[in-house]
Amino acid sequence: MSNEKIQAELEKYEASVEKAIARFPEREHLPEKRLYTPLDIKDTDYADELSFPGVYPYTRGVQPTMYRGRFWTMRMYAGFSTAEESNKRYRMLIENGATGLSCAFDLPTQIGYDSTDPISEGEVGKVGVAIDSLADMETLFDQIDLGKVSTSMTINAPASVLLAMYIAVAEKQGVPADQLRGTIQNDILKEYAARGTYIFPPRPSMRLITNIFEYCSKNVPKWNTISISGYHIREAGSTAAQEIAFTIADGIAYCEAAIKAGLKIDDFAGRLSFFWNAHNNVLEEVAKFRASRRIWAKVMKERFHAQSDKSMKLRFHTQTAGSMLTAQQPNNNIVRVALQTAAAVMGGTQSLHTNSRDEALALPTQESVTIALRTQQIVAYESGLADVIDPLAGSYYVEAMTNKIEAEAWDYIKKIDDLGGAVAAIEKGYIQKEIQDSAYKWQMDVESGARTIVGVNKFQMEEEPPKGLLKVDEAVGERQKAKVEAMKAKRDNEAVKAALADLKKACQDENENLMPHILAAVKTYATLGEICNVMREVFGEYEAHVSL
Amino acid sequence: MDIAEELLKGNRLALSRAITAIENEYDEATDIMKKLYPHTGHAYVLGITGPPGAGKSTLSDKIAREYRAQGKTVGIIAVDPTSPFTGGAILGDRIRMNGLTLDEGVFIRSMGTRGSLGGLSHKTADAVKAMDAFGKDIIIVETVGVGQSEVDIVKAADTTMVVLIPGMGDDIQAIKAGILEIGDLYCINKSDLDGADKLVREINMMLDLDSLMTEWRPPITKVVASQNEGITELLDTVEKHRTHIEGNGQLTERRTKRTRDEMLDILSSNIGTYIKGKIVDSGRLDGYVEQIKQHETDPYTVIGQVMDEMLK
Amino acid sequence: MEKKIRVLVAKPGLDGHDRGAKVVARALRDAGFEVIYTGLRQTPEQIAEAALQEDVNVVAMSILSGAHGHLFPKVVDLVRKNGMTDALIIGGGVIPEGDIPALKEAGVSAVFTPGTPTSEVVKYINENVKL
Repeated sequence: MSNEKIQAELEKYEASVEKAIARFPEREHLPEKRLYTPLDIKDTDYADELSFPGVYPYTRGVQPTMYRGRFWTMRMYAGFSTAEESNKRYRMLIENGATGLSCAFDLPTQIGYDSTDPISEGEVGKVGVAIDSLADMETLFDQIDLGKVSTSMTINAPASVLLAMYIAVAEKQGVPADQLRGTIQNDILKEYAARGTYIFPPRPSMRLITNIFEYCSKNVPKWNTISISGYHIREAGSTAAQEIAFTIADGIAYCEAAIKAGLKIDDFAGRLSFFWNAHNNVLEEVAKFRASRRIWAKVMKERFHAQSDKSMKLRFHTQTAGSMLTAQQPNNNIVRVALQTAAAVMGGTQSLHTNSRDEALALPTQESVTIALRTQQIVAYESGLADVIDPLAGSYYVEAMTNKIEAEAWDYIKKIDDLGGAVAAIEKGYIQKEIQDSAYKWQMDVESGARTIVGVNKFQMEEEPPKGLLKVDEAVGERQKAKVEAMKAKRDNEAVKAALADLKKACQDENENLMPHILAAVKTYATLGEICNVMREVFGEYEAHVSL
Repeated sequence: MDIAEELLKGNRLALSRAITAIENEYDEATDIMKKLYPHTGHAYVLGITGPPGAGKSTLSDKIAREYRAQGKTVGIIAVDPTSPFTGGAILGDRIRMNGLTLDEGVFIRSMGTRGSLGGLSHKTADAVKAMDAFGKDIIIVETVGVGQSEVDIVKAADTTMVVLIPGMGDDIQAIKAGILEIGDLYCINKSDLDGADKLVREINMMLDLDSLMTEWRPPITKVVASQNEGITELLDTVEKHRTHIEGNGQLTERRTKRTRDEMLDILSSNIGTYIKGKIVDSGRLDGYVEQIKQHETDPYTVIGQVMDEMLK
Repeated sequence: MEKKIRVLVAKPGLDGHDRGAKVVARALRDAGFEVIYTGLRQTPEQIAEAALQEDVNVVAMSILSGAHGHLFPKVVDLVRKNGMTDALIIGGGVIPEGDIPALKEAGVSAVFTPGTPTSEVVKYINENVKL
């Protein structure tokens, strides 16, 4: 049918709709447009904008065969209490078919404080595992072959220290660094903008990140040196387009910093990875994932003149949206997670964490975690969604939505460029303000009923308080403190002092790569807090920009 | 608790409660102020104003730290605008001064403008007096320089500092025009940004045009508050200004004028309240208006009668 | 007389999830309150001292890290020790139902869990605040 003909038919259809609406008024708060047709994507050039899987601009996926060859990595984020407890959970996950590990660290670890620091009180082992020194890391990966497993670590400000510990444990296991596979999150910009576990100001933080890029490109070549994360930006309340726009702007800032530090784009860009949120609106999310690949490919090719295909491929990990879990009727969350999983898979994710139903209430129990993992397996093996590549391509709606999200994201990226890039935009509070405005609007929509959340503002019911929630033993903090003290008494304190002094000197010399110095320090069993305090002394601490 | 007595003994909660009484216009506020007044006059008041985003709170934080390093105690009053639509406010200055919270030599109080623009300047002035009586050496009053009443607040300081940053564009010319002439000192914050020197030139040009300026030419200091750069130099200029106005009697003159303005302000406000009570709240005004509407009388006659009655 | 409800919105502990705290801060402002937001990583000592200097009527805390059992009671203690006997102290975040009785026992007068509309927080404050 020609476009003119379609247009004529569409007008007829719209006329008929008027009558239908008179009888059955449409629900309120719907998207403006009720139907998509070929007219909505008439300007989308297949070869330029979609093309084929594994082919620029990778809209349809980064690998030629996608899940027909191998499923995504089913990677469950876990970690709590002590290294011993978490080690048990990791081994359980591996036995149950998880193909990658994902370490959650407690807040003191994420902010570079020892468990013995007064500020850590009440937080030790709560949202993740407490790691104070190499000794804890050895326990954490006890009986897990680091040559075989791929490990993702949600660690940012002190990422260099935790990576160094991982390399040191591998060395003890006899696994050379160039065999290690995994990811560190290492994305400080989104910490400033959305997640809040920063330590140092932007400039030294960017230096640490580029030091890692450089060190890994030579010594740990299979390691993903950063996971540029939109997940937390979305969790903080952004829209889908904001999620990818702000994250890609962060990605641009990292590339610029690395290039300024003398690296070549194709030497590190292939190891950059992304981390997206899988939110509730299935089709919008699929469009978002597709748009993100297309934007990144264009950024790498047109802005950074990357030559290598690998540099242009946006590979991403996904986690289902934690903020969409409800404390009310928690079993409903299983269904939400299943839909979010479907979106991530139809969007072509490389790895996926599925949240557990009880996470709006507490850390997940083993049973809940198993259901979450099974959800991925059901989608993979039973649903058929993984059998054909990019199955929603060609849907008028999904293609139009992909274009729309892409366009919105470009507008934001341009605006951030005008402000002087992501670092400047964060320092000015622009990104934070945009996220907060979206978060507030979402909340007001829920409260006014414009947006329905089942079990929360509609279909509520009286419930018994949930039973059998996981409780982290309050004594964990005391036990961990005792462990640290015992370890300190055993180690060679002179060696620690010397290593820290050497690290301090290296920090003061901007041209020095800090990774070898940090690695040397962790091997002496210097604690995370000791190492970070040396850096705090030289680098100072970040002061948040808050505007409400 | 006897708020004034406790305040004078150094009770921080009493100081806090005194400011609340002033802010909320509690009846007891007048009694408190009566008891505190004899103990005022010791503190030096530094007003800081400038457009939104100029980094005033960060600057106040750094200035306070510098004064603390000199062994002086500091009070800070940070005024933020109240939303005219909801009557609420987010008082967000404190967040930049979190590092000072546990310093016993510093007391920070956030105030909303609360729409009562006329009354704000004397409320702030009383809050300053409360901190003064409490024994603070330096009191910093920080406001966004956007409205006349806020300008009035800072003008009531012993030394007024105007903070600007480079690259704010032409849209702030209007604001600049309003606040520029009140500065005893100028501070260019974020002076590591492009355009700092241009801004210095612009202010200098403006100062050149000011023919009234005879004895004191406001110095311009470049700082980067977030990096703690230039703060010592900035405070040197405050000290210079202080010495200058102490030496030529201007400080006394300023403070006398302030007392005079405040008294007049409070008197008019109280008389206004009195008249309002007499003729508005009693319903008499509506009666007069009705009579005027019916052309039984005219506004001028009524006003004459009311004035005669009031002034008896 | 112009009384205003003053609320300190605080994030004790180390967790950086401030979406809830910020949304509540804005909603309270829109309800006509004066809101002082402290930002992240505040110790109980800092929160109590800020509450005192600002003479707030309400201290509202948010924690998502699970450290509430440790930190909330500590803030209550310090605020009361400062002589602010009337201040309403409330909390919110990912807080298991089972922990709530102990928190109330410790003097946290209300605990709001995920999914609570901000209007409910506003209503609670209006009904329980002592001015």
